[in-house]
Amino acid sequence: MSEVLKPGQRYASEPGDAATAYGRHKPEGVDTSHGAILYLEDITVSFDGFRALNKLNLDISVGELRCIIGPNGAGKTTMMDVITGKTRPTTGGAWFGQTIDLTRMTEYDIAHAGIGRKFQRPTVFEQHTVFENLELAMKMNKRVKPTLFFRLSSEQKGKIDEILKLIRLNGQEHRPAGLLSHGQKQWLEIGMLLMQEPQLLLLDEPVAGMSDAETARTAELLNELRGLHSIVVVEHDMAFVEEIAQQGVVTVLHEGSVLAQGTMQQVQSDDRVIEVYLGR
Amino acid sequence: MKTTLFTRPAWAGIIVCAALLALLPVLNLSFPASHPLHVSSYMVALVGKFMCYAMAALALDLVWGYTGILSLGHGVFFALGGYAHGMYLMRAIGREGVYQSDLPDFMVFLDWKTYPWFWSMTDNFWYSMLLVVAVPGVLAFVFGYFAFRSRIKGVYFSIITQAMTFAFMLLFFRNNTGFGGNNGFTDFKRIVGHTITAPSTKAALYLITLAMLLGALLLCRWIVRSKLGRVLQAVRDSESRLMFIGYNPLWFKLFVWTLSAVLCGIAGALYVPQVGIINPSEMSPANSIEMVIWAAVGGRGTLLGPIIGAFSVNGLKSWFTGAFPDLWLYALGLMFILVTLFMPQGILGLAAKLRRQKEAA
Repeated sequence: MSEVLKPGQRYASEPGDAATAYGRHKPEGVDTSHGAILYLEDITVSFDGFRALNKLNLDISVGELRCIIGPNGAGKTTMMDVITGKTRPTTGGAWFGQTIDLTRMTEYDIAHAGIGRKFQRPTVFEQHTVFENLELAMKMNKRVKPTLFFRLSSEQKGKIDEILKLIRLNGQEHRPAGLLSHGQKQWLEIGMLLMQEPQLLLLDEPVAGMSDAETARTAELLNELRGLHSIVVVEHDMAFVEEIAQQGVVTVLHEGSVLAQGTMQQVQSDDRVIEVYLGR
Repeated sequence: MKTTLFTRPAWAGIIVCAALLALLPVLNLSFPASHPLHVSSYMVALVGKFMCYAMAALALDLVWGYTGILSLGHGVFFALGGYAHGMYLMRAIGREGVYQSDLPDFMVFLDWKTYPWFWSMTDNFWYSMLLVVAVPGVLAFVFGYFAFRSRIKGVYFSIITQAMTFAFMLLFFRNNTGFGGNNGFTDFKRIVGHTITAPSTKAALYLITLAMLLGALLLCRWIVRSKLGRVLQAVRDSESRLMFIGYNPLWFKLFVWTLSAVLCGIAGALYVPQVGIINPSEMSPANSIEMVIWAAVGGRGTLLGPIIGAFSVNGLKSWFTGAFPDLWLYALGLMFILVTLFMPQGILGLAAKLRRQKEAA
């Protein structure tokens, strides 16, 4: 926890180093000495006077799996956009660890710093094979020259195989990603995030459009990842949220700020939450 | 893991075609005109020109077919490469021009007494070769940097490339720009000491062009099969996903865009001594659009396709403009529409489809 990654600074370690083996618990490069990996402080985002986020405060602890729920238009996706650099907040701050100011960084610098994002609609490279998708996402120096001269080492190949098993796509690695089922694409996208070895995973509706069996499998996958990464899940599917939240904290967003926070049971019995969301 | 780009038959085809192309100037030189194996000088010059076009189409495929950046202004890079080499060829004329001056005829005509600064050192062949690479390269880099940094994409980017080549054409049409106005450069006498009209010089230029085309093909193949090639295709298919996994698309686009412009400039430089003229009409928007048609007809995103397209469209053009001179532009337009509607993957895509159907049957 001593080394601090400044914006724009590159990885101290290269892929294949023992320290970057998949599944480490302690994030490196991010100063998490106060126990939190992400702080959102008083974030407001206005679009032409409409406040998509309104003084939002949120913090995520290291290793936590946090579920965020809320009705449509509550600002969930805008919050993800702010964290990943797609949208700049009108006011307020977004901090990765104690020191990394996300509001000043580009999308790709944020990805390098250790935040991976899955979109609401599965976005994979459809013309590339499953294997190539994972290879592209793999944590490494992603500048032009090293990319041009890149050769896959057996260690890196082993890592891709490991992720393929985890997302249950082994045996399909040479299929074009465009031919996968909807659920498989969602898993591939999660696999791509894992290849980046992120400290923080942001999953925007990971089970949207999935069959029950696929949803159950996704819950299983997230339970396997619990504790290995800090994870933020935005989801509508209440059964799924109950399944993965367990005794962890669930945050309810409403009109751009936090309405309630607590375990699933506490949140479900909160009158205001019932009024705006669950009671409908 | 490597994906195959050229199948075994494709490699065989490349080797056979390259050997046949290399044979043409040999047949031209070693048999008298009456012999049945003789290939006319006209034919050699024509194929030499097609190879330059093929190289430009190949360069375009790198940005359009692989990276999804449609350029409607690649003619400007082709022409600038040609002009850069043309400056040397003009100075190599020496005092043999109409006015027997040290300056090219058009400068005498303008009553200029000395060369303008940007003509300095162009009497050196290797310096002009440097310009062939540097001028299109620097223009593409600067233009690309600002366009890509502002995240200009799709049709907007295509339109500004079109505007760029048009602006350059107008600039080069001016006599005072110092590049011979609408006449451009012509009446070249020699190149590195050899008479430019000599059959052996022509054959040498032809063979150099063939070698450069093959070299460019192998270079492009290496690039598109590297991981960088897969990043370029990812830019084409989902640029935002690429940013969120940590790539900055700006530098990848700029790399391939600049490289493509340089290849196009080299093609232009090979074209000028073989055709014997370069003028601003090479920068006309229609020329750049024709390049796009070559790539589309052959099959973009395949490297070989645009080369096949450049040969077949220009072969057709040579025949058509002889048989029905007024109808060529209509035929070209019709061809583009038909290809877009019925063979979006071009000739190579059609061939692959027929092969699959045969296998399935």
